[in-house]
Amino acid sequence: MPELAIASDQLAAEFRSVSLRRGDILALDDVTLSLPLGQTTAVLGASGSGKSTLVQLIIGLLRPDRGTVRTLGEPIDFENPRPMRRRIGYAIQDVSLFPHLDIRSNILLPATLCGWSDAAQRERLDELLHLMHLTVDVLERYPHELSGGQQQRAGLCRAMMLRPELLLLDEPFSGLDTMTRKSIHEQFLEMQQTSPVSTVLVTHDPQEALNLSQGLVVMKDGCVQQYGAVAEVILNPANDYVRRLSTALAALPVSNG
Amino acid sequence: MLICSGFAATASAAQPIVIGSKNFTENYILAEAAAQLLEHNGIEVERRLGLNGTKISFQALVSDAIDLYPEYSGTISEVILGDPSLSDWQDIEAALAERGLMLLAPLGFDNTYAIAVTGEVAREHDLQAISDLNGLPGLRVAFPHEFLNRPDGWPGLQSLYRLPQRVSGIEHGLIYEAMENGQVDVTAVYSTDGEISRAGLVVLQDNLGFFPEYRAAFFARQDLSQEVLAVLTVLGGRIDNERMQELNLAALGSASIAEVASTFLVAEGLIDNAAVEPSFLPQLWRNTQRHLKLTLIALMLAICVGVGIAVLVHRHRAATNTFLYIAGLLQTVPSIALLALLIPFVGVGQKPAIIALFLYSLLPIARNTVTAMRTIPAAYRQVAAAMGMTRLQELRHVLIPLAMPHMLSGIRTAAIISIGTATLAAFIGAGGLGDPIVTGLALNDSSLILRGAIPAACLAIFAEMMFGAIERWLVAPHMRMGHRNG
Repeated sequence: MPELAIASDQLAAEFRSVSLRRGDILALDDVTLSLPLGQTTAVLGASGSGKSTLVQLIIGLLRPDRGTVRTLGEPIDFENPRPMRRRIGYAIQDVSLFPHLDIRSNILLPATLCGWSDAAQRERLDELLHLMHLTVDVLERYPHELSGGQQQRAGLCRAMMLRPELLLLDEPFSGLDTMTRKSIHEQFLEMQQTSPVSTVLVTHDPQEALNLSQGLVVMKDGCVQQYGAVAEVILNPANDYVRRLSTALAALPVSNG
Repeated sequence: MLICSGFAATASAAQPIVIGSKNFTENYILAEAAAQLLEHNGIEVERRLGLNGTKISFQALVSDAIDLYPEYSGTISEVILGDPSLSDWQDIEAALAERGLMLLAPLGFDNTYAIAVTGEVAREHDLQAISDLNGLPGLRVAFPHEFLNRPDGWPGLQSLYRLPQRVSGIEHGLIYEAMENGQVDVTAVYSTDGEISRAGLVVLQDNLGFFPEYRAAFFARQDLSQEVLAVLTVLGGRIDNERMQELNLAALGSASIAEVASTFLVAEGLIDNAAVEPSFLPQLWRNTQRHLKLTLIALMLAICVGVGIAVLVHRHRAATNTFLYIAGLLQTVPSIALLALLIPFVGVGQKPAIIALFLYSLLPIARNTVTAMRTIPAAYRQVAAAMGMTRLQELRHVLIPLAMPHMLSGIRTAAIISIGTATLAAFIGAGGLGDPIVTGLALNDSSLILRGAIPAACLAIFAEMMFGAIERWLVAPHMRMGHRNG
């Protein structure tokens, strides 16, 4: 496995024999996995495959029953996970923006909590709006007054606010219609060009994984089916499940590179 | 009089003398007469009139909440000392002295309980004495609640006279109306009630001598100041039964209690001119202020405790349920019972009223807050945690603001309940807008009742509007309660 050769301080996250039961379901079953920094890694799987559990373990929202998780090169300190969490941006589908705060307060909240100066906050906000193609007039509005695409962009802005070393995106684009999703994909790629940030992207959409990421983890029933570079997984599927996925993928037109 | 005036200067510097009364006309008049007489002699007086019954009045006296109130010898021996054999005035005084209590000079009348029937029923069955009721089980009998339960009331009367009737309870102030309307045939009255003659009732002779004497006098602790004692002793022997009936009847008319009392004092040459009654508006203002004070203190406490506990327990289902169960249980205790239960612990006056209002406010506030916090989608908490928020930051930036609309509506409910319930606080001498209501109930005076009820209703409406404004100030339009319904 080539990824094991990477030094652990170069890793976004490292799972060693991690198992976790959620209710009656074994959400993760003896997962060993190393996700490198410096790229976007998609975690692809159907719902219930354990892909969301994976990112919640990375940011310490869940605690493994067995095995260890290291995040950004260090074991998670569950007594005080906050310093680690502030190095990570996190965005989820639909409800990630707080409904009682306007967009400005939502985006600035992480910086407010860290005590950033007004000037620093304003500067970073301008950068992010520009990066995400959001206009100033959305700032005074509340989340429910925005379109789905605008909401997800604002959610990304908030996740990026503290210039995180790692971005965890849990199905951020799945609630959007095809056109909006396409345009937000383009912006995401553009952002990765101008100010790259290591990302772990949870998705059930093979095309999204193909479009946005360099690395691919395929999950099913709490087990990793295959992990590697996107092209490698498609060309050398490890089993029937991955083969069916990659056959479907190969038939898809690859938009953007 | 000269002696009394000499004390005036020192008295005004001390605590005011707190005068209580029970909630029926005669007791009001006597207490008011004492108050005016003391004021005339330069002694500062605070009135806690309309206390709900003997137990509460007596508790108030022994717990220092009031300094004196008019009481009756029979009530003292039967209810307070629990020894019906004590019928002699000196024996009663001696028994009271052992407890640090005393009676002032007897006022001169004997307001015993008496059994009265309507004139019509009396003629129909030729009733003259209580034993004549023996063969008439069909008569409708209703007694004031206190009479129903005290040993020198219905239980003793029934067993001595072997009376066959079934009885029901009725508010004392409503007795004469019920009798005049022919809804009740037989009741217990006070022998000095002014309405007896006006309503054409016939008082039945106590031919077996059941009722003890109920000679009236002011009832006080032995630490009562000498100057007060000296002033009030002057009232001794000045009011006989006939005089008391006249005064009671006068209070039934257009004259207020204060007018009746001052007219009496002027006629006796005890004061120079009729006291100027505090006019309507200042009194309304004072009552409203007191009402708001009781409600606001209770509400503030309930907000702190209710929200505080909700914040502490909302993560644990069992703790939440236990807390809500206890708060709900408290809510089911009838307010007047809760007030009475608190008296042995905290006396009478504002303290028990505030505690009771606090307990009633607790449930709506806590329940709404807990429910709101429990129904906040888990995803928001996840995002908050992932953002690296501490527990406190999560509360301040996420949980409290999201729970705010429900919390506010709980506080609003609590405030409205409190404003309503606070009118009952007058029964235990806490004052407020309940004062005119309680007095009005005791005197059967609807205009007096409205003087408390209408401002209380206005206060409730005003509170509604205030909370509307607070909600507009604190909560964004789309987050407000009922927003989804338009």
